[in-house]
Order: sequence, then structure tokens, then C-alpha cells
Amino acid sequence: GFSGHVGHDPHVLYTISAVQILALFDKLDVLDIDKVSSYIAGLQNEDGSFSGDIWGEIDTRFSYCAICCLAILRRLDRINVEKAVNYIVSCKNLDGGFGCTPGGESHAGQIFCCVGALAITGSLHHIDKDLLGWWLCERQVKSGGLNGRPEKLPDVCYSWWVLSSLILIDRVHWIDKEKLVKFILDSQDKENGGISDRPDDAVDVFHTYFGVAGLSLLEYPGLKAIDPAYALPVDVVNRIFFGR
Amino acid sequence: MDSDEEERIPYSQRKEWSDVIPLPQDDGPDPVVSIAYKDEFRETMDYFRAVYHSDERSARSLDLTSDAIGLNPGNYTVWHFRRLVLVAVGADLHDEMDFVEHVAENNSKNYQIWHHRRWLAEKLGAEAMRKELKFTQKILALDAKNYHAWSHRQWVLQVLGGWEDELDYCQQLLEDDVYNNSAWNQRYFVITRSPLLGGLQASRESEVRYAADAIIANPENESPWRYLRGLYKGDNNSIVSNPEVSTVCLDVLKKNPYCVFALSLLLDLLCYGFQPRDEFRRIVESSRNSDSGPLDHKLASTVCSILENVDPMRSNYWSWRKSNLPTLAC
Repeated sequence: GFSGHVGHDPHVLYTISAVQILALFDKLDVLDIDKVSSYIAGLQNEDGSFSGDIWGEIDTRFSYCAICCLAILRRLDRINVEKAVNYIVSCKNLDGGFGCTPGGESHAGQIFCCVGALAITGSLHHIDKDLLGWWLCERQVKSGGLNGRPEKLPDVCYSWWVLSSLILIDRVHWIDKEKLVKFILDSQDKENGGISDRPDDAVDVFHTYFGVAGLSLLEYPGLKAIDPAYALPVDVVNRIFFGR
Repeated sequence: MDSDEEERIPYSQRKEWSDVIPLPQDDGPDPVVSIAYKDEFRETMDYFRAVYHSDERSARSLDLTSDAIGLNPGNYTVWHFRRLVLVAVGADLHDEMDFVEHVAENNSKNYQIWHHRRWLAEKLGAEAMRKELKFTQKILALDAKNYHAWSHRQWVLQVLGGWEDELDYCQQLLEDDVYNNSAWNQRYFVITRSPLLGGLQASRESEVRYAADAIIANPENESPWRYLRGLYKGDNNSIVSNPEVSTVCLDVLKKNPYCVFALSLLLDLLCYGFQPRDEFRRIVESSRNSDSGPLDHKLASTVCSILENVDPMRSNYWSWRKSNLPTLAC
């Protein structure tokens, strides 16, 4: 596994980031792929869920990290995919959304993780796409931005979490794309650059990434296409699965 | 003078640390994106690295991790090592609970803190139940939608118990802010999972009333509409045949014929086979935009047209609904 920095302990969150960064630079061959795969496989629990590290915290975020990472490394067979999928499905709520654990409130971030993981494992048939699609398109508020849960403020990062989920279930046409583009662009700092969570707030690299990624999903001109499940440029994903 | 304003003594000058050689961070020969650390931070972490590498699980290490956490509560390795030290020195975990509470007050969305707290609660077992419910209540009083607090609270209820007062707690939170979706979610959690209640079926009638009251008071509130649907768990026949559900729709539409949530629920009811009274037809047809063409014999279709107009952001969704109306829909 990988840690956040030199000398820290491994965790699945940093492991996927490391693998994604290496994939971007086409340097996956520097990895001991079997070792990384074993680390991740070792984090799967009896009920199919994944722990983040040896300390045992369980969250559907970790299911996504594990599945996405192993898929990039082409080692999905190292885990029990059926159980992993069943655990994710057990986190499905009546509004069609997903939480961090069974019974957890539907939250766009957790929904992205679950939908992404189900997409990668070819299990999208477990989702009621119309029901979830409606919940997701209800995230768009008057300003055109997206929130993550009912009655919360819009935030640019949900341009990724909500949008990628909508694309994966083929319902993105249910939001007003133009208004969302405007919201993201209005959240820029036009003097110093960068994008913030909403107009007039301070920028940071996190929201800049999600703003740009969201704009790419909205087919904003001049941006590379990004894969909604892997959160990597489409040409990188093609290289991993089809290229040499 | 405030005692917190005392001059901090660097570790290098503390007698009790004189035997330890601090270990600097190894950023490699060509560091990418180097951070400009403050001296106090750098020094504390140098000493942390030293005890971490020598695996010194002692009382002074424990204090050192407190310092490191104070400087960066997101450093998960420090928390990890702290757990090892707590076990090794046989620390009083109740004191540790107080420590976490103190750190959490200013860092209530920090994943490491919540995980550490759960580890402590697991170790203490059933006796931690009251304290954990109180702690999450304290955090929720500052931010009633804190996802971590709710997640922890759900874990406490399921593993340690304490369901008795949970429904009342949800009620209180909803009285404070009826728009709190997390509280509505928790209410559903209690109704469906509490071993003290009879399950969804047993509670459905009273919960429908509760949701209906909330809807009438604030028809623009998304949560009770979703809650109401959730009570029927896909049992379309039951939701259609309960007159209370259609009545709440009608009552809202009488006051505001353009309420999107009411129209949306009416649409779904019609799609499930609801036979609308004339009153429904009258209200819907009178709010129809006069230039949306001839009157549609299907009420459901008219509802969709209205929704396309009053909720233009989601017009694609409503037009898709219109083109997918089941034949049985009125």
C-alpha cells in the first residue's frame, strides 16, 4: 500500500491516488503490482466491505478506492467482487441514493463512490437509474450549482460527484448544463486563478480540480475528456485497457 | 496573564528529551511541492519521527503525539501511533475520550478524530454508550448535519444501544430545523431498525401523519416528501390507497398549484393507478398555461406539462416522464 507521504502508514485512499498518478504518467510498471493488489485484497472484510487500513474503518469510499485501483492494475479477480457489490447494494437507500454504511444518509460523494464501483464491476443493473437520476438532478439549485444533500448549499465539488454519477447512469440530460457551467465559471478567481467551492469564496486546488473535471464532463471546449468512473482522462483509461 | 501565552520551550532544550535525536523529514533529493513548515511544527515532527522509528511507546511519546495532533489533527500516522502508545502504557481511555472531545470541538469534520473516537468506544464497550450519544449530540448542536457525527451515532446505536430516546431526539432536531435532511434520515433509521419499535409497518400510520403535518407547514421542504414516499418502500398500491397521501397533495395544491413536490407526487400516484377526484382535475387544469396547446385527456400528461414550465431546470426530466406515462395512468 501507499501512504500520504514518506514515513507514514499505508491506506487505501493514498494507494489509489498513487496508482492514478502513476497511470497519468504511464509509469504503472514501477509498481510491484502483485504486492499492491495483495495489500488491497487484504482490506476486504467478510461482508464484502473494505476497511481503509489495518485499523478497520469501513466506508463505501474505500470500496470504490479498492475496486477502482484493482481495475486499473487489472487485478479485480483478487477480491470477492460479488460480495463487494452486495455490500455496496446494502448501502442503497429508499431515495435511490447511497450512504457510507447501511442506513447512512444519501450523500452525493458516497453516491459517486458506489455508482463508480458498480459501474467498474459491471453491476449498474442494481441501481434504479430513474429514481437515483431524479434525486441527483434535484441537487441543482436556483443558482445553477449542485448540492450534495437536500437543503444544503451548492458546492463546485459536487459538479464532479453528482455529474459523474449522472453520466454513469445515463441521466445527465436531466440537469440544466448551461446553468451549471455558469456556476462553475462564476466560482473562479479571475485575478489569481483557481476555482473555489462557490462564487466569492477562497480558491483551493481541490475545488479547482473538481471544477475543471466537472467542466470536462459538461464538454466545455478545450478540455480533454475525463472518464466518469476512473476520474482519469479518457486517453489514459484507453491506454490502460486497450493500448500498449 | 493567560497561561496559554507561556513561552513554548523547544524540545531540543527540554532535559527530559535530551536522549532523543530528532529525525528530520526525508523529502528526497528533489522535493516536489515543498512545504514551508514553521519551526515549531518542524521540530515537533522531527521528534515524533524519532520516537515513531524507535517505536518508543511511553508516557512522553503520548504527550508528544498530543502536541503533534495539536499542530496537524489530520496526520493519521500520529493518531495510529498514539493508539499503540495508549495500549502500551495502559492509559485511562476515559481521559482519552476527553482529549478527543477537546480536539473535535474545532475539527468536527476530521476523519481521523472520528475514527479514533470509534476505536475508543469499541474498547470501552457498552459503558461508552451514554457518553457517545452525548458527544455526537454536542457536535450536532454546532452543526446539525455533520455527516461524521450522524455516522458515528448510527454506529453507537447499532453496536452499543441507546435507542430509547432517539425518536424524541429526531423530533427535537426537526423542531429546531424542519429542513434538516439528516434528522429525517435518522428518523427513518430509527423507525426501521430500532429493536424497541415494531418496524416500518407498525409505525407507518403515525409517520404518514407526521410527514403530512411537516409538509403542510412547509410545502417547499424536500425532505418530508421523500420521507413520505420512503414509508411505502415501493409498495405502490398502499400509497395510492391511503387517502391521507392524496389529501396532503390536494391541500398543498389548493394553496399553491405550482408546488413542484406536490405535482411530482401527484404524477407518481397517477402512474401507480390513482383515480383522481374531480377536485384534482379542476385545480391542475386551471393552472395549466393557456398556450400549452389543447387540453390533454390524460391528467398525468397535463401535470407533466405544468412541471416543464414551473421547474424549467429539470424540463428534460419532466418531458421524459410525459413520454413514459403508463397506459393505466389517468
